[in-house]
Amino acid sequence: MKAPRFAYIRPESLDEVLELLAEHGEEARILAGGQSLMPTLNMRLSRPRLLIDINRIEELKGISFEDGTVRIGALARHAEVMDSPVVAEHLPMIAEAMPHVAHVAIRNRGTFGGSIALADPAAELPACAVALGAEFVLASARGRRSVAARSFFNGLYETERGDDELLIETRIPAIEPGYRSSFMELARRHGDFALAGVCCHAKVDGNVLSDVRLAFFGSEDRPRFADAASAAAEGKAWSDDVKDAVKEALGGDLDPIGNFHASAATRLHLARVLTGRAIDRMVAAG
Amino acid sequence: MDEFADIELTVNGEKIAKRVEARQHLVDFLRIELGLTGSHLGCEHGVCGACTVKVDGSIVRGCLMLAIQADGADVWTIEGVSDSGEIEDLQEAFINRNALQCGYCTPGMLLTAAEMLEAGRKMTRAEIREFLSGNYCRCTGYHAIVDAVETTMESRFGG
Amino acid sequence: MADPGGAVGRPLPRSGARRLAFGRGKYSDDLRFPGLLHLAFVRSPYAHARILGIDPAPALAAVPGARVITGAEIATVCKPWQGTMDHLPTMVSPPQHAVAVDRAVWQGEPVAAAVAASRAKAEDAANEVAVAWEPLPAAAVRDRTLDEDAALVHPELGSNLCFSTALGTGDSEAALDGATHVVEGRFSFARHSGIPLEMRTVIADYDPGEGTLTVHGSHQSPWHQQDTLSRHLGIPEHLVRVVAPDIGGGFGIKLHIYGDEIAVSAVSKILGRPVKYVVDRMEAFVSDVHARDQAVAARLGVDGDGRIRGLSVDALTSLGAYGSLGRPPISEGMMTIMMAAGAYANAHYDARLRVAFQNKPPSGMYRAVGQPIACAVAEQLLDWAAGAAGIDPVELRRRNYWTDDDYPLRTPGGLAINRLSPRRCLDKLVGMMGYESLRAEQADLRKAGIHRGIGVATFLEMTSVGPAYYGPSGAHISTQDGATVRLEPSGAVRCVTSVIELGQGTHAALAQIVADRLGVAANDVGVVGGDTATTPYGGGAWASRGLTIGGEAVWRAAGGLRANILELAGSILQADRADLDLAGGAVCDRATGEPRIALSEIGRIGHFRHDTLPPGIQPELAVTRHYVPDAAPFALANGVQGSSLEVDVETGEIRLLDHWVVEDCGRIVNPLLVEEQIRGGVVQGIGGALFEECRYDEDGQMLNASFADYLVPMAAGLPDIHVGHVETPIEETALGTKGAGEAGTVGAPAAIMLAVNDALRPLGARVTSLPITPESILEAIAAARAG
Repeated sequence: MKAPRFAYIRPESLDEVLELLAEHGEEARILAGGQSLMPTLNMRLSRPRLLIDINRIEELKGISFEDGTVRIGALARHAEVMDSPVVAEHLPMIAEAMPHVAHVAIRNRGTFGGSIALADPAAELPACAVALGAEFVLASARGRRSVAARSFFNGLYETERGDDELLIETRIPAIEPGYRSSFMELARRHGDFALAGVCCHAKVDGNVLSDVRLAFFGSEDRPRFADAASAAAEGKAWSDDVKDAVKEALGGDLDPIGNFHASAATRLHLARVLTGRAIDRMVAAG
Repeated sequence: MDEFADIELTVNGEKIAKRVEARQHLVDFLRIELGLTGSHLGCEHGVCGACTVKVDGSIVRGCLMLAIQADGADVWTIEGVSDSGEIEDLQEAFINRNALQCGYCTPGMLLTAAEMLEAGRKMTRAEIREFLSGNYCRCTGYHAIVDAVETTMESRFGG
Repeated sequence: MADPGGAVGRPLPRSGARRLAFGRGKYSDDLRFPGLLHLAFVRSPYAHARILGIDPAPALAAVPGARVITGAEIATVCKPWQGTMDHLPTMVSPPQHAVAVDRAVWQGEPVAAAVAASRAKAEDAANEVAVAWEPLPAAAVRDRTLDEDAALVHPELGSNLCFSTALGTGDSEAALDGATHVVEGRFSFARHSGIPLEMRTVIADYDPGEGTLTVHGSHQSPWHQQDTLSRHLGIPEHLVRVVAPDIGGGFGIKLHIYGDEIAVSAVSKILGRPVKYVVDRMEAFVSDVHARDQAVAARLGVDGDGRIRGLSVDALTSLGAYGSLGRPPISEGMMTIMMAAGAYANAHYDARLRVAFQNKPPSGMYRAVGQPIACAVAEQLLDWAAGAAGIDPVELRRRNYWTDDDYPLRTPGGLAINRLSPRRCLDKLVGMMGYESLRAEQADLRKAGIHRGIGVATFLEMTSVGPAYYGPSGAHISTQDGATVRLEPSGAVRCVTSVIELGQGTHAALAQIVADRLGVAANDVGVVGGDTATTPYGGGAWASRGLTIGGEAVWRAAGGLRANILELAGSILQADRADLDLAGGAVCDRATGEPRIALSEIGRIGHFRHDTLPPGIQPELAVTRHYVPDAAPFALANGVQGSSLEVDVETGEIRLLDHWVVEDCGRIVNPLLVEEQIRGGVVQGIGGALFEECRYDEDGQMLNASFADYLVPMAAGLPDIHVGHVETPIEETALGTKGAGEAGTVGAPAAIMLAVNDALRPLGARVTSLPITPESILEAIAAARAG
């Protein structure tokens, strides 16, 4: 199908974008990589009055590392993140996740910021951001603010971002010495959205885990930080008993939503299996 | 802020200036406005890869980019890369191996394979399969396509 | 038949592939028509609803210049049709309008057309057409459509039953009672479709001046289109022309008559303008024919030594809301019950079939019709029987195949078999697989908690179905194909065929046949087809018939031309034609092979220098022949497939490791083409086994009508597919070919299901519903654990 009619504008500056957002609010849609927006337009599921194309705003581009934090500009393409030495060195979880994000042609165009702002609950990057304690910087004509990943996602395609705000960058603490990450995902086919996915991050000393952070995607209406499961592993030497305890605790953290690809019970089961395997691998990686 | 705009771009090395409707995606622009019908539509929602074209050096889904966004871009389609001869070895490998049947996916498949070859190294069959996975082929079962890409890698980069 | 060094039998790359690989294909949507209008349909959002009214006003206001044409208006120029069969008086199917008139019976049925200057504008208009609906209860759950309280798809029929039948020997229950081991299962095969990558496309151009209708479209059977358009739009047949340019895949989906496609011609007739309609992908899911959708309960009994004692099969096929015109919707089920276990010696067999309507898109024929179901059910039962009897499953098959002394025979299911080669195929496959070492490796890995599975499935493939079936049905579908072969003045050869090329490479293989008959190189033969006005009449492309029927017609036409060339050469050379032969692009001396006169000379003289010929010589350098397969009802191909895979019993994931096929399609004209038909077919079979399913809710809403949610196989995760051949040419034709286009799809689901169940066997778990998903595997394991 062909997209419905809309107007299009391609501002040259961030201020201009923010002014347009202030003026048009929910009637406008931000066009970044377009890899999720364009299908909804072509299916006529979305009928914005105006598309604001931000692809030429220089300050939204690039990936950099400074003071222990990696900054990923909203317009950084998935392919750029995947190939980035900065990401490989400082955000190994995201480096591990990237090959699971769609396919080459989509990664060449889709953006990091777009994936975060869309908040698809089955997407990889929002959950990585939650596990890694990322901060999202939102800008509007009113000013700028920073929102922690763990309080950014409100529900299915729902976030803290106001209609007049633009996600301009993600700031993620670089991995610290002694810490390890592990990412695992199950999908019906490679590159599809997840039936279950887990992002693990922890300090690993021998086989003792601390500062454990487990986040899940493909489960419910948003990426979920698993407080109880993370706590069940905290300070523990990784063992079959601890693994069982983590899996058990996960039942309290997750309340998966089933659909025709997998039921809620299956999704919880898969999340448990993946969690055990992901931590196994993380511990073994030393 | 309009539903139409003038754009200038380079398509297959040729400068083009056209007025386009904002909602028209790149492949409809190429097919309808320029008569470049080698790029195909298989779903128009970004899954099948039949519309793959090269924009500013990288392959993209032509149905997931607006023509208006290609203003100033350098666009290459199957017609252009066929004329330039840059993937002739790959095309010959596809033909000799019968790595295409109905041919509908083939232009997109070839452009994706061409980007894989740009990595400049021989890949495993599993890597080739993974790279091609954004492009559906309903006829061949993919095996022959993987063979053809592998053959081309061997001849370009050594066995 | 091939001369040494001839083209037949060689893996020649097909010439037609070149332009496709260079982006120069010409598919229907690539063609240009001056004054073209674009059409988009308004489709029913309900599975079943009465149309209370259609108001075009908002659409006309939104898109100035647009036209909206309702089903009722279309019905004024287009008569409805009925998908019944003359030879099956008990089968019912009500009349179907091209576009619904007062009731829509599936979600996606067209109810009005919007026409505008561009596709986008036509969609803008279609979106604004206001339809007043009265939703009605829908029959949309397969296993409940025949319940007494089920909603009726067609109330006037009083039931959702389309057809029921039974066949067999009537004694299978007694035979099963006497068997040492009886195994049984309830199987389910999901509704899915063929999903050609190019969507159905039609450009209809009615010329009010001449009264002609020219239709370009992506269609496998343009003659059936021509017949339907002529009869239902009331246009004399010689004024209707249907052209099929390059076709982006079909797989059976594009051989049917579709209401929406016929409506495009009706709209063109109403407006007097060329009109184009391209099905959108999301529309394709709710308008292309669906297939499979069958539940089967079956029981098999074997002796202590594993010999089959008896088999019973009970199948329920769920259709959509209509059967397709001329294409019996009961075929899926009939093929299932006719062909189950057909390769095996069995004297006691009974089967029952019920076929029911649902409020879903019409059902039709998709690659391998019913045979994947027959194969999967029978082969799975045989594997379970082997397990019960403690016999290796491969050995159990070997013990049960018909032997060469049994042929020709008629199975208790009614299948006439002249000759098969399953034992030879099996022996070859087992060797290719390294079956013994795979079994040893499987046992070793099992000790390490790794669950490998091996499946070996024997399949039959009914190809090249002839007049015995379609004739009595009354369908206006030709089982004959035709060809004209012509010597051009330069000595090149042109072949005009009724066979439709949609990627199989049949046209290339036809060139190879012509080449050998006329002693020229295959690339000196041009092949064209796909135009009902200019090619001989025929069937098109379906039932893997291209080479066996169309190829035989080409063989005969080229043979006729060969005789004419030799006769002309004899008079030019003053030689006895019996002493002449054709080779190397020349007429040569039969005894010595010495060239006597080049074909280019024959062409030049035969076309331009009639003045030099003796009086009374009339060169006939074009010959047309047809062939109808009259000696057998069909050509039965056979083979064996093997699958090796690994099941992750914690996640339910399946990793396909390897796949093997040995098939016997008779004489092979071009192994390169055959092998890729097999591989492509296998992967569609893998799609049916692991991915493809049209998911519906109980109200008849399709839940996954997009490529994002309807999964098809992609390159990653598929195994390499190893293909071997056994060649048993059939005796009924000069060429000895059988079809090969469906073999892969017939046997792959069975091989995969058997391998999965083999992997799960230590856990006592079984999966019997396709597609097999991670979830269904986990559920099967959980059920086994729960006892």
